[in-house]
Amino acid sequence: MLLRYAQFPALSRLLHWTMAAMILTMLGVGAAMVASLGDYHVLLSIHKPLGIAVLILAVVRLVNRRINPPPPFPPTMSHLERRVAIASERAMYGLMIVLPVIGWGMLSAAHYPIVLYGSVHLPFILPHSAVLYAVLRKTHTILAYGFFAMFMAHFGAVLFHTLVMRDGLLKRMAPWTIAGPSAGEP
Amino acid sequence: MSNPSSTLRLAIVGVVLVMVAGGFAYLGGWLTPRALTPARFIGGFEYVNGVQAGFRRNHAKGLGVSGFFESNGNGARFSKAVVFQPGRVPVLGRFSLAGGMPRVVDSADAVRGLGLHFSLPDGEAWRTAMISLPVFPFRTPEAFYEQLVASKPDPSTGKPDPAAMKAFIDRHPETAQVLSALKGRPVASGFENTTFYGLNAFRFGNSSGASTPVRWLLTPMQPFEAAGAAPAAQDPNYLFESLIARIRREPLRWQLVIVIGQPGDPTRDATIAWPADRERIVAGTLTLDRAEAEETSAATDINFDPLVLPAGIAPSDDPLLSARSAVYARSFTRREGERKQPSAITAADVRKRE
Repeated sequence: MLLRYAQFPALSRLLHWTMAAMILTMLGVGAAMVASLGDYHVLLSIHKPLGIAVLILAVVRLVNRRINPPPPFPPTMSHLERRVAIASERAMYGLMIVLPVIGWGMLSAAHYPIVLYGSVHLPFILPHSAVLYAVLRKTHTILAYGFFAMFMAHFGAVLFHTLVMRDGLLKRMAPWTIAGPSAGEP
Repeated sequence: MSNPSSTLRLAIVGVVLVMVAGGFAYLGGWLTPRALTPARFIGGFEYVNGVQAGFRRNHAKGLGVSGFFESNGNGARFSKAVVFQPGRVPVLGRFSLAGGMPRVVDSADAVRGLGLHFSLPDGEAWRTAMISLPVFPFRTPEAFYEQLVASKPDPSTGKPDPAAMKAFIDRHPETAQVLSALKGRPVASGFENTTFYGLNAFRFGNSSGASTPVRWLLTPMQPFEAAGAAPAAQDPNYLFESLIARIRREPLRWQLVIVIGQPGDPTRDATIAWPADRERIVAGTLTLDRAEAEETSAATDINFDPLVLPAGIAPSDDPLLSARSAVYARSFTRREGERKQPSAITAADVRKRE
């Protein structure tokens, strides 16, 4: 079968892959941090500024999405699959914003200085409170596991389309530009 | 699409997903259940002391204090940290006794702790968790943990199993060396005339980019007096009670002394003291003028993480530092999520001394 897909705009693709690398790093660093003694400090000093960078880029990405709307879904995706894809995209955008904000909030509630680099600090966004810290710290972990699950579902779905259905879905988001409107797998 | 090949490709998808999940499980420590993690470390404290809900897992018994630090500017030669510019910054602190029992009876022999939080402008902070030992008995987090577990009191004697402690010492000659060096050393009569040591080496960086290995200590301006033999019927909180009484009478002061290391001085081994002739500078004076029970003190919800550092102070390569940071954070997270129990020294105890 011949499928014709439009690609995402170049800026959208750049944002997608940059954030994919950053978010995977964040999830890995987060998991490793909790289990590490010797590398804890280094991992934490990566986790904080990288998390804030994800937050900023997520906002940029939402704005970009308004300016550069995504191409339509490929015809190989069923109605249900499209609805699931839309819901999971929304959930991931939400997590990209909510997870760093909760991290920022929990550090504020614990009165841990939020060091970005050198003497550059973020202000506290919540009062010093044991209860707030405890709740947000737990929420941060639960949502991070949730984000990892979302990532696995997203990655698994793309792999399935690309390797099993071979419908060239990945080409919509390929980092390189696929020439012509008829790009797609024969 | 032939069936066998699509099954094969489906299998590849499965394998890739399992590999990614496995990689994360590895990073999260799930595939190495015997490795020492912060959670396992805290589990060691809970194994020895039971779960003392709401309390720090180590240095559980304590009292909040506050005051200020006045820098004389001498430290600025070695560190660009704002805290070493001439001037005054507010300080929050907590005196404590080592060990995970929040209601332990005060004794002169217990290691004393002082956690400090210097509030610096623009959201910066400097925290240091100091103890009354000039050198630390353990070189690595693993050694500390091993000793911790070996020190669990035998329920029949109330004391650690001597065989387990001896086995530990036999495996760790550096600990034996520190303990014998500390033996017979006079112990101060109270918190107020105790010298507190920063435990690990750090690195100072000054405004011209030079990096210097340093250690720091607080030397009391209250005169030293050796602890006497403990009277028979003693107040279980006598060290804290007398601290409250002293701080009511007059502000307590310590000089912050920075020991300037030379290239080659060991920075990654807290069990080894630096040569006695190293340059020492007095960077300023710490004044503590108010005691506050843990129920109301802001210090209660502070994690005295030794790696909360301002620009101008950096960690050394001592492996204990990152481990302390990680384990303190785990202890903090556990206790902040637990219902708070009243501390041994209550607000009423503090008030009655007024």
